[in-house]
Amino acid sequence: MATDTTFTNQEFKIVGTRPPRPDGVDKVTGRARFGADASAAGQLVGLVLRSPHAHAKIKKIDTSKAEKLKGVKAVVTSADLPDLTKGDRGMFDMLENCMARDRALYDGHAVAAVAAIDAETARQALKLIKVDYEVLPHVTDVDEAMKPNAPIVQPYIRTAGIEPKPTKASNVAQKSEFGHGDVEAGFKQADVIVERSYKTEQTHQGYIEPHACLASVGPDGQGELWVTTQGHFTFRNVCAGLLGMDIAKLKVTSSEIGGGFGGKTHVWAEPVALALSRKANRPVKLVMTREEVFRATGPTCSTSIDVKIGATKDGRITAATATLRYQDGAFTSIWGMLGAMTSFACYDLANVKSIGYDVLVNRPKVAAYRAPSAPMAAFAVESTMDLLAAELKMDPIDLRIRNAAKEGTRASYGPTYGPIGIGPTLQAAKNHPHMKAPLGKNQGRGMACGFWFNFGGQTCTDLNIGVDGTVSLTVGTVDVGGSRASLSLIAAEELGIPYDRIKCTIADTASLGHNDTTEGSRGTFSSGMATIFAARNAIQVLKARAAKMWDIDVADVDWKNGRAVALRAEHGNLNELTLGEIAAKSPQTGGPIAGHNETVADGAGVSFATHICDIEVDPETGKTKILRYTVIQDAGKAIHPDYVEGQFQGAAAQGIGWALNEEYIYGTDGRLQNAGFLDYRIPVCSDLPFIDTQILEIPNPGHPYGVRGVGETSIVPPLAAIANALSNAAGVRMTHIPMSPPRVLKAIKNGRH
Amino acid sequence: MRYEAPRTIKEATGLLAKAKGSAFVLAGGSDLLVRLKSGMIEPELVVDIKRIPSMQTVTKTASGFRIGGAVPCAALGENAVLKKAWPGVVEAANVIGSDQIQGRCTIVGNLCNASPAADSVPAMVAAGAKASVVGPKGKRTIAVEDVVTGPGKTSLKKGEVIEAITLPKPAPKSGDAFLRFIPRTEMDIAVVSAGVCLTLGSKGVVKKARVVLGAVGPTVLLVPAAAKAIIGTTLDDAALAELAAACEAACKPIDDKRGTIEFRTEVAGVLARRAAVIAYQRAGGQ
Amino acid sequence: MSEGIHVATTVNGDAVEYVCSPRETLLDVLRNRLGLTGAKEGCGTGDCGACSVTVDGRLVCSCLVLGAEADGREVTTVEGLSTGGKLHPLQTKFIEHAALQCGICTPGFLVSAKALLDRNPDPNEEEIRYALAGNLCRCTGYDKIVRAVSAAAKEIRNSNANR
Repeated sequence: MATDTTFTNQEFKIVGTRPPRPDGVDKVTGRARFGADASAAGQLVGLVLRSPHAHAKIKKIDTSKAEKLKGVKAVVTSADLPDLTKGDRGMFDMLENCMARDRALYDGHAVAAVAAIDAETARQALKLIKVDYEVLPHVTDVDEAMKPNAPIVQPYIRTAGIEPKPTKASNVAQKSEFGHGDVEAGFKQADVIVERSYKTEQTHQGYIEPHACLASVGPDGQGELWVTTQGHFTFRNVCAGLLGMDIAKLKVTSSEIGGGFGGKTHVWAEPVALALSRKANRPVKLVMTREEVFRATGPTCSTSIDVKIGATKDGRITAATATLRYQDGAFTSIWGMLGAMTSFACYDLANVKSIGYDVLVNRPKVAAYRAPSAPMAAFAVESTMDLLAAELKMDPIDLRIRNAAKEGTRASYGPTYGPIGIGPTLQAAKNHPHMKAPLGKNQGRGMACGFWFNFGGQTCTDLNIGVDGTVSLTVGTVDVGGSRASLSLIAAEELGIPYDRIKCTIADTASLGHNDTTEGSRGTFSSGMATIFAARNAIQVLKARAAKMWDIDVADVDWKNGRAVALRAEHGNLNELTLGEIAAKSPQTGGPIAGHNETVADGAGVSFATHICDIEVDPETGKTKILRYTVIQDAGKAIHPDYVEGQFQGAAAQGIGWALNEEYIYGTDGRLQNAGFLDYRIPVCSDLPFIDTQILEIPNPGHPYGVRGVGETSIVPPLAAIANALSNAAGVRMTHIPMSPPRVLKAIKNGRH
Repeated sequence: MRYEAPRTIKEATGLLAKAKGSAFVLAGGSDLLVRLKSGMIEPELVVDIKRIPSMQTVTKTASGFRIGGAVPCAALGENAVLKKAWPGVVEAANVIGSDQIQGRCTIVGNLCNASPAADSVPAMVAAGAKASVVGPKGKRTIAVEDVVTGPGKTSLKKGEVIEAITLPKPAPKSGDAFLRFIPRTEMDIAVVSAGVCLTLGSKGVVKKARVVLGAVGPTVLLVPAAAKAIIGTTLDDAALAELAAACEAACKPIDDKRGTIEFRTEVAGVLARRAAVIAYQRAGGQ
Repeated sequence: MSEGIHVATTVNGDAVEYVCSPRETLLDVLRNRLGLTGAKEGCGTGDCGACSVTVDGRLVCSCLVLGAEADGREVTTVEGLSTGGKLHPLQTKFIEHAALQCGICTPGFLVSAKALLDRNPDPNEEEIRYALAGNLCRCTGYDKIVRAVSAAAKEIRNSNANR
């Protein structure tokens, strides 16, 4: 069946090999064009004015002097972005985040913007805008924000998810609960109970490319937007909605994207650029500075988490609970809920309960960051698992194997698992040579597991065959990590032609139907599935053309190894027709040959990983060195193993940075103190060893090739893997992320365990 | 903003002395351009000194070494003779930033930017380096530790420029070393640092010592008590412990986004101790 | 009154002239005046290396060099790495070893890696890692980048040996 998504366990000829990626030459020569690399005649430079206060009423904005400055062509405030959201809270939050309305809600919140003929003029214009602020009390810590007398960030919030429904405003936007069984009874059965509280600081996705766009809107209400984004269709819909434009009249083209990891799934300054362009009637190029990226885009949450796990002395967990407090920034979202869902997803538990809180603070609007909310929850749970193993005098891996979820397990967040990889990755870790490598003085080894859901979503793909038999594969999911190579492999496999006869491009929004954003590890999964079906549809057309060329019944035509083959003995004299031969004749047999697919890609599988980490700690300074790191993750089916390995390694590296040094540092004045790569410390090349990878393939039954999304899961285990390694190296149990040298040294000195 | 690139030091000091608004010297630019672009400074005049021949060279003289103010730190690391004589000063100069920064930054710029955490300064002070200052009124030579008066502030007068740093000829049986603490392996500003220079007498006994701490006070700290703790010893454990304790006692650090008072104080002692051991080995001690 | 500075320089071997304002960086000039968008602005403060170029043979961050400073000097960028239609071994090895994912940091890494191999044709892993510490990558974890540089170094040594 052409659109059957069931796993078929076929043997592959091309899928699984490692050819060069199609966009490689452009990227190594500097030809590839990213967000800031486009320019238009007459373009203006856009710059944004941002609040220096964490929380303030905006009493008045006087833009008159800025408007009069020679070379300034437009100045906008919220007055130029009227509320067209018709009560849609999500859209209103985006509108207010793009440009403050009556209040500045965080240090860096946009309050006005200018477009001028050059950067220097724009810079001078910003200085001439006078904003009259009334500074208000602020709160930036998640636990502080939950206290009864905390300053209220959004006065409309009444906590959802608690009964009776509250009448007072709160910073707690929502309480979510997941689980099953009876945890009280479960704890009573336990021989050993371990309970601990943890804190994780806020981190940023840290993509090297700042947000950038080139916006051009004409007086006829039509416009174009060139932008670095993970989802140009979503950006189109949101920008059109916020600006009151027709969706079809705003053409959005995604540039190459210089990293996103979830942070570019959301509009930040793009609606402002469009508003400036509309007012000035000229193209506006708006590129964020690195400081703006840290202050005013979408980092992930800081959290405060309590975990309690009980087990019988043979190592079987009888009950587990987690209470998770996540700050969403100044606008409500679902991050606490996701944390509660993922907490115990790796385990087969009879009695489990997780409660998640989404809390507002005066910080930027949190956006997704690679397996959002899971790393923090896993830090807390996987650290506690090691504490439990120590109490039980059990090997930490064996404790996890004993309690691992498997096919048929009811997940702590609700559904029942099909075939999954947590058990296999744990076994593979246990048997891995890394586990046997000797350790020296001040060195320790730790392991941890991680889980992530994967998503499907709306997907549209076109496959067009040129008269020379080469294939244009047009997809709508932005290529964040090399998916054009994987998609070309899939098309080549289905059609039976060489990989280098396929050219995969990302279409703009005018050229293809809606595609959901590249997030949730869905790029290769969804567009891959749509590519399979588009190719199979194209094969139907090819077979029909062959039948016509042979003048036989199409039921007698088969497709094998890139050729039409006539079945049945009576057609034995007919030579096979290659795709190229059929394509060459296509103008005479019915015109261009193509296959399309529009689908909501269902059946995304879940993805599990186990990591092993060796560290060395300097006990006199608290500095931690990563000696060796191994990632074992289930990919379902690795379409292009190089890029699957790349996802494992990149995610692990982000997790390592998060574990050791990355954090947002706010002062008591509510201002971000380290909005740059100097003091927001991501790992540099000399900080890391080679990262070994092992790809397991437990097929996802909901995908024809068994593919699971791979991009996110491996950012989940590193925090706890490193904390567990530190515990074994230095005898200290770290409960505060990042485990920076001052924190580690203090713990060593206090001899805490 | 005006940009000038004079070809003589006389032109340079003249431009700086006559400047009406704020005027800055541009050598490597790795501090100046960051401050300029962030809006922290609005210079009326920037004087690029990299075209002045007298500032472009490293020369070995009878009395030691002369390092011109426009010499990038990468060039210091490439100078085998300088590196052999003053390994501590060179390794300090070479930890400033990445290879890209090393291609531009200068020890004079590092000194005059006057950050309490400057990497090259503790080692220069430990080595007894001097600064050759040139101004409209003539030349003067001052000890490097007399250049910086506070965070971001120097004792240089309007129109003055440091033309070169001079290092003495290392005494026989001398060694110097520099260590800094950063949370990553590269690319960080020093959380705390230590520069030590030792001269040994007979039988490996320390005869002279200078112990200098960085990033634990508004300027670098020369710690005479730490030197005293190891003079007359062969750097046994007790002497090293006393040196570390003296360094901890002399620290005046702050809490900031890079480190706590507690952390800086403790690690200052650790680094001073480790740097002393390296300097001792370089001086020929066992 | 114009404050533009007239600069005559060499970029990737070609004589180039431009007028720039005193505040403009070399990166601004390369990208906005000369259309050479290979060098990227990742941070503007010399902390990420995405803007790496060489000036008179020295590896630098072009975001911390003024456009005016390039007068009479020689600038090379990633666009000057390949000659004719032939990619530099570093470029082919980066593709072969999948040493790029999003590719934004790649031009900077290539320029830095070339500067390394020009002064040290046989670097070990540690030397490669420390030489590239000034180039941030957020996608790859650096593993395949280090392998690609090693492989390119080997290929260059072999082809030099065979000449």
